[in-house]
Amino acid sequence: MTVTYLDHAASTPMRPEAIEAMGPYLDVLYANPSGSHRFARRARQAIDEARDRVAAVIGCRPNEVVFTGCGTESDNMAVAGAVSAARHAGRTGVSVCPSVEHHAVLEVVEHDVHGHLVGVDAAGHVDLDALASTLDQLAADGTPADVVSVMTVNNEVGTITDLDAVARVVRRHSPDAWFHTDAVQAASWVEWSDVTPHADLIALSAHKFGGPKGVGVLIERGRAVTDRVDPIIVGGGQERERRSGTHNVAGIVAAAEAFAITAAEREAEIARISALRNALVDQLVGAIDGAIETVPRHLKNAGSAHVCIPGIESEALLFLLDEADVCASAASACASGAMEPSHVLAAMGVDREAALGSLRLSLGHTTTADDVDRAVEVITGAVERLRRPVAAHPGAST
Amino acid sequence: MKVMCAMSGGVDSSVAALLLQRAGHEVVGVTMKLWGGDSDTGCCSVSDVDDARRVAQQLGIDHLVFNFGDDFDQHVVDPYVDAHRRGTTPNPCIECNRSVKFARLAERADLLGFDAVATGHHARIGQTDDGRLTLERGHDAAKDQSYVVHMLDQAQLARTLFPVGHLDKSEVRSLAAEIDLRTADKPDSQDVCFITKSDGRETFLGNRIPFRPARVIDTAGDDVGTVDAVELVTVGQRRGLGLPGGGPKLYVTAVDVEQGVVTVGADDDLLDQGLLAEQMSWVDGAADGAVLVQCSAHGAPRRAIVRLVEGDSSTVEVTWASPERRVAPGQSVVLYDLTDERVLGGGICA
Repeated sequence: MTVTYLDHAASTPMRPEAIEAMGPYLDVLYANPSGSHRFARRARQAIDEARDRVAAVIGCRPNEVVFTGCGTESDNMAVAGAVSAARHAGRTGVSVCPSVEHHAVLEVVEHDVHGHLVGVDAAGHVDLDALASTLDQLAADGTPADVVSVMTVNNEVGTITDLDAVARVVRRHSPDAWFHTDAVQAASWVEWSDVTPHADLIALSAHKFGGPKGVGVLIERGRAVTDRVDPIIVGGGQERERRSGTHNVAGIVAAAEAFAITAAEREAEIARISALRNALVDQLVGAIDGAIETVPRHLKNAGSAHVCIPGIESEALLFLLDEADVCASAASACASGAMEPSHVLAAMGVDREAALGSLRLSLGHTTTADDVDRAVEVITGAVERLRRPVAAHPGAST
Repeated sequence: MKVMCAMSGGVDSSVAALLLQRAGHEVVGVTMKLWGGDSDTGCCSVSDVDDARRVAQQLGIDHLVFNFGDDFDQHVVDPYVDAHRRGTTPNPCIECNRSVKFARLAERADLLGFDAVATGHHARIGQTDDGRLTLERGHDAAKDQSYVVHMLDQAQLARTLFPVGHLDKSEVRSLAAEIDLRTADKPDSQDVCFITKSDGRETFLGNRIPFRPARVIDTAGDDVGTVDAVELVTVGQRRGLGLPGGGPKLYVTAVDVEQGVVTVGADDDLLDQGLLAEQMSWVDGAADGAVLVQCSAHGAPRRAIVRLVEGDSSTVEVTWASPERRVAPGQSVVLYDLTDERVLGGGICA
């Protein structure tokens, strides 16, 4: 049986071209790009070219691109690096983010004494009035925000942020703050012209757009060019003195390849995949009594289908889907692999009963109409089974 | 059969999964994520989950982690804290078995089409000539855990398997060692999983309830000392009461949280004629008459006569054959038949 893979937001399959592009750098072109011989220069050139390609897609200068080890590292560097730089400059080091951020941002802000969370509306959009008043209050207290971080696309429910509107609030109410956006879930789905001009710092992760795991990108532009955030991985300064550690040459080359292909195909893929997503959600909501589309689709990225199904538990549903070779997810998993209750749904005010039955289906470049048909069949069957009262066993006690 | 094997990451449940697989069952291993806070051991630490997963991988069975943290808080941790607040001595492992392993997990297994849930407990399930199921002590007397699973009834036993119950612990370890399971030499877990050695019970409870000081009086009513936290005092306790050295050994004979009074007395003052056990569950219906009664996980069974308190099988009056040391309120009281093999039922000391 073939696997129906609807977990692209967790990781999307690598683009074949990206796999191919890696090959030489895993094999014959093995030199360390920081070396001084011709062999090293070949590897160095590959990184330089990858940097140019990423910059061209993003719409920034190549020297604004920092290759990191993952999306989380990029987010950490943006937020923790900003807090650290502010403190080195004698400021308080105040960070602000909405309560629905990915843990890569949220953990940094929440665990800092000068970290502040801002609420969101029912769709998961940051509450702009609350953001403005938080920034005003911080400024009035003499501890203005040093970094504000708002994600471009929410990893659980798919909500797209109007970064222009958020950036205006940040510029107006905290003019000296860095504005960071976690765009890890955005690469396949948004136009960079809606993102790049508004943010000083942008985090990306290669395996979310058909590149390999273990490669992230942090874009440092705007204010972040002249006023640097602190590196968080220090040592030899190999990555343009912004990040240390030997370059993952093969990974970086493959990431750039995948990033370029994704950008070239974006418009057509959004049209194709949103039609599949709409069919998927319409059929699920139509067939499953009480199922709701968590966030209206016009507010979401094309690949995201998130539904809440009352009367069932995600863990049980995912088990049955897994048995039927349908790969999906619910909220984020902790180190043990257990599903954690969703902080995103809680922040959006989704009631606990509905949140218990949340299901995240995420589509991507390999998704087909057959995947959608099969997912609908398996999910509706599984929900029906979970909702069926358990037959009493002989001698069952209450 | 399709069997869900609860795998804590310890050697017993590892071997339970192995034996189920060898018996030809379709086995899925499940580790429960129960506690979000610090933990030395139990089912909650990342390295225990690693162990369970690696064993499952080695056996070639699926392994999943279920998050029952809310259930654990509600049915195990909160009642544990509350019991201490009331001055009683709870047994959280038994509440976890009652409310989480053999209730929540078993219901989930049922829902997902499993025929049975297996655990690594050292206890045995047998059958009488007329087809009734029995719950019996584990083969290894030193490791017997029938006390902590005493709450299982006929319906639950019919859907429960204890694959290592007929083995000695040394046999369990050699089975694990034979195929080089990484848990073969793992030490047994001993303590309450949500309380760490470094912080201990006092810190755990202190973070959750305000401790109240209490007077310590002797049987004549005279003040002999004070304690800082009446919530931490247990009937039968001898140390940590702030009493002057020398003199005869004194034990806690009663704890009155409301009045803030701890009474101490000589060993003899701890002797009781009997006790009342509440919230009784029965393996195969209520029993009365001559039985053996065990009041702690590895305590000696004592002879007693039990009598149902009228018209109500949920409370029994236990009368010791000869006076016995007092049992702390909150402890589980488990009844065995006179052969000391079969569990009849159990409840909680009033």
